[in-house]
Amino acid sequence: MKVEQAPRLATIEGIAMRIKCPWCGDRPLDEFSYSGDATVRRPDEASAADPAVWQDYVYLRDNPTGRHIEYWQHAGGCRSWLIVERNITTHEIHTVSLANPQQRESE
Amino acid sequence: MGGNGNRLAEGGLIDRSTSIPFQFNGRTYTGHPGDTLASALIANDIHLIGRSFKYHRPRGIYSCGPEEPNALVTLGAGGRQEPNIPATMVEIHEGLTARSQNCWPSVRFDLLAVNGLLKPLFAAGFYYKTFKWPPQAWLKLYEPAIRRAAGLGHLGVHPDPDRYEHAHAHADILVVGGGPAGLMAAHAAGAAGARVILADERARLGGHLLGENCEIDGRPSPEWIDTILHDLAGMETVRILNRTSVFGRYDGLTFGAVERVADHLDAPFDDLPRQRSWTFHVKQMISASGAFERPLVFENNDLPGIMLAGAARAYLNQFGVLPGRRVLIFTNNDDTYRTARDLVHAGAHVTLIESRTETETNGRSLIAEADVRVFYNHVVAKAFGGKRVVRAAIAPLGQQADTASTISLECDLLCVSGGFDPAIHLLSHTGARPSYDPSISAYVMTAKERGVHAAGGAAGCFDLHTVLQEGFQAGRAAAAELDFTAPSELPLANVEKSPTYRVSPLWRVPECHSPGSSAYVDLQNDVTVADLELASREGFGLAEHAKRYTTLGMGTDQGKLSNVNALGILAGMSGRDLEQTGTTTFRPLYTPVSLGALAGQKRGKHFRPMRKSAMHDWHKNRGAVFTHAGLWLRPYYYPRAGEDFAAAVQREVRATRSSVGMVDVSTLGKIALKGPDAGAFLDRLYINSFAKMKIGRARYGVMLREDGMVLDDGTVSRLASDHYFITVTTVNAPHVLQHMEFCHQVLWPGLDVQFCSVTEHWAAMAVAGPNARAVLSKAVKGLNLSNDALPVLNIVEGTINGAMVRLFRISFSGELAYEIYTPADYGQSVWDAIMAAGKDYCIAPYGTEAMTVMRIEKGHVAGPELDGRTTARDLGMGRMMSAKKDYIGRWLAARSALEDPNRPQLVGLTPVRQGGDIRMGAHLVTTPKARGPNLSQGHVTTSVFSPTLGHAIGLALLNGGSARHGERIFAVYPLRDEIEEVEVVSPVFYDPNGERMRA
Repeated sequence: MKVEQAPRLATIEGIAMRIKCPWCGDRPLDEFSYSGDATVRRPDEASAADPAVWQDYVYLRDNPTGRHIEYWQHAGGCRSWLIVERNITTHEIHTVSLANPQQRESE
Repeated sequence: MGGNGNRLAEGGLIDRSTSIPFQFNGRTYTGHPGDTLASALIANDIHLIGRSFKYHRPRGIYSCGPEEPNALVTLGAGGRQEPNIPATMVEIHEGLTARSQNCWPSVRFDLLAVNGLLKPLFAAGFYYKTFKWPPQAWLKLYEPAIRRAAGLGHLGVHPDPDRYEHAHAHADILVVGGGPAGLMAAHAAGAAGARVILADERARLGGHLLGENCEIDGRPSPEWIDTILHDLAGMETVRILNRTSVFGRYDGLTFGAVERVADHLDAPFDDLPRQRSWTFHVKQMISASGAFERPLVFENNDLPGIMLAGAARAYLNQFGVLPGRRVLIFTNNDDTYRTARDLVHAGAHVTLIESRTETETNGRSLIAEADVRVFYNHVVAKAFGGKRVVRAAIAPLGQQADTASTISLECDLLCVSGGFDPAIHLLSHTGARPSYDPSISAYVMTAKERGVHAAGGAAGCFDLHTVLQEGFQAGRAAAAELDFTAPSELPLANVEKSPTYRVSPLWRVPECHSPGSSAYVDLQNDVTVADLELASREGFGLAEHAKRYTTLGMGTDQGKLSNVNALGILAGMSGRDLEQTGTTTFRPLYTPVSLGALAGQKRGKHFRPMRKSAMHDWHKNRGAVFTHAGLWLRPYYYPRAGEDFAAAVQREVRATRSSVGMVDVSTLGKIALKGPDAGAFLDRLYINSFAKMKIGRARYGVMLREDGMVLDDGTVSRLASDHYFITVTTVNAPHVLQHMEFCHQVLWPGLDVQFCSVTEHWAAMAVAGPNARAVLSKAVKGLNLSNDALPVLNIVEGTINGAMVRLFRISFSGELAYEIYTPADYGQSVWDAIMAAGKDYCIAPYGTEAMTVMRIEKGHVAGPELDGRTTARDLGMGRMMSAKKDYIGRWLAARSALEDPNRPQLVGLTPVRQGGDIRMGAHLVTTPKARGPNLSQGHVTTSVFSPTLGHAIGLALLNGGSARHGERIFAVYPLRDEIEEVEVVSPVFYDPNGERMRA
């Protein structure tokens, strides 16, 4: 089994008890709410009528270990939805960015 | 002075000039400042403290710290009663009352000691094997009987009168443990300028050095401790928290700790919290948490008067108490020779039983000048005594004990030491596994984690000079990682040299394995060698299995003293080595923490936030009974003198339906949306359309989840071309806002819309009834409220009593009705103005129950019907679903199974029998005697007594219900044996054509 090397402190955006919100800085976990896998994309108009596509989007999730990309909301702060890359084995947080692509580009 | 018989005339860190009375089992004794309950009891020659968990065997004081398995007492009484507190951790104070546990009628004479005679019956796994039949007997007979017989202290049943609080602290470095290693670590890191928290669970810092008779830098150890503490006090960045147990380590160097702020004071403590629960957020942690001395396992090793050798030394040196005069010391390591030396010096007669051979020992030099007889290569095979040890049989190690080689030695104290186990709990709480180090016959943490350091006993180092150095180096290293520069010189010159610590493992004395033997591995949970043997024989020999099979290590001490011996014994039985046997997992909490400290301020009214409307005080003065809706407090009903719930609700409904009533609807979730794409955004959220709705209009709307089920309902109003205002249900409001934010930020960031919750900004009230227009026309100045000027689902702005209001002609009661919104600060004045205008019409304030009655009479769905399993079609709103646009939930709502006409659909129910009742939650079946879940065709979601119709009515979800109006079925409630014949009807009971609403 390949053991993932823990990254150096400097590259870490936070650890699971604290998350570094792009607007508000390093904040405690209880200000955030978790909302699952952020790799899924809502089907676009073109594929809209295909029930299999919707079935996938709403119900099917991978069950990975290690790094995971997920949605969090800074509900007790700026209300931004965030995309957090987190190691669900070690609970280390690697990156945090705004989920809104327009705001992300202007960051 | 009540016979401080074992107190020495001098020595120790206690203040003999002051005597403190305290109570134990109803009698008053005295101790001195600096005493613990345990040391004061030993001073008073009390050795029998309690009875054991399972067999009710007499037990005494075994240790001198938080690992104490035996001497657990109940403190206080009434609301302050607290069970299972180790006497070793209780500071003597005036007003202290302590009681023995698990004994009746008294600790000296305990009737359930008969369990001890039945011991062979009560072996491990006994409950699982025995109390199986008949199944009903477990709940009614076995469990209550076992719970009465087994167990420790009892919880108090009265509310705790004391205050607890939560606090957070941020620092660079947390040093856990204020013994020699921790003091040096804090000193080094503090001198470097790092922000340091030094936490120690005892009242006084110094750790085991407080109980040692040794010199550092030419001074007795307590004096040296004071010097270091003086230095630390001078460092601005160092914070010392004594009486603070760090009980858990969580992700990312977050720690939980509890500070016993006032436990050592006489209650009440004025403005102090009793305990404070801390969360530490730090960048580096140094575990200087020391080590636990390991017991030795032999027959009757649990008798009062048997204690750890280091504890006996601490009682002597720290508390000036001599726990025994004829002392046997049974050991396998060199630390124990210090105990022998100190006890002899204090006047005791000491005999050493050493399991090793003479050449294996290093400690002899310590007792070279003392008169101590040593039996090398011998073990204690068995101890004898009733309520205190009186004698021990010793035999050569490795030989079958027979009368020829057995020697009997009298004693009043038997000290034991099986070596030392590093306290690695905090190092392993995040999942790292310890490994076995044969050089000290103990488990250590070899895995290195970023920001985590260990020093001293916690790192498996037991030589004082090295411990001090290690602590200093750990402090430097932690500071250096954070770019602080620490001094490189160790701030002490010399430490008295002592023999190198060596140990030879002795997991148990070989002779103690006969069935029914009393060789205890886990003293607190009464687990014997024989129990482990049984577990091993029956296939539960791995550490995690044996723990659960025997309950070893599952007491309040979490096996601090028992785990390692058990691992050694299990390994020996199975022929596995210690690595293969595995270890059990250390989890927080390290020591028990009171629920009060964990709850902190969050109790009673402070358990969660409470939200009140702007008119709350008015409701209260009017005598309203309140109910909870989410975090909100809402008026439930307004009883008049002599009225009960039903009478008040019926009166409120009748008043509204016959004239006019008013209800506070401020708690509705309110969201304001602005921007050119606001309408387009709403179109994607709701099943129906709003982008083309005229300005000044309102419309009922329904949102789905992406899976096609109804999420929420409410009204959408358009106030300007780019300004909408929506209401969502009270309880769902936070969730709906979150959902909308997700849709906007993640799914459709291109839409030009902004929105926010304005729930608190607007007070809202609904005025309903045939006279609503007349009342409002009086209250609102200069507005035409006629049906032509303001028809149903239209909006107008005006003023009431000078305050700006928005009037929405919206009805959930089925009457002519208006919702009035005004900025929250004006809520009360607007409410007052309407009440005054309605006086001539006998306007009645009504609560949520009358509101519910009227909405059910009118067939409007609410929370019980929006249960996450219903579609818009199920609720009769299928026609609202637009086919012309994309919206959340559209595609999955179109799944064929969700269009099945036999799905449960909303219907109304009325009882067939006059005076019949319909119970909420009842199941709907077609034959009255039907039983079993598969026969259910639906359930009653809501039911009320309708004063308007004069009988009970209900809403229900019934399979294919839309097509079954007129059918007679049965509402059954088997829990209460209720069967009611009901008729399926339209869910709209009242004014089905809406004439009253549009009047």
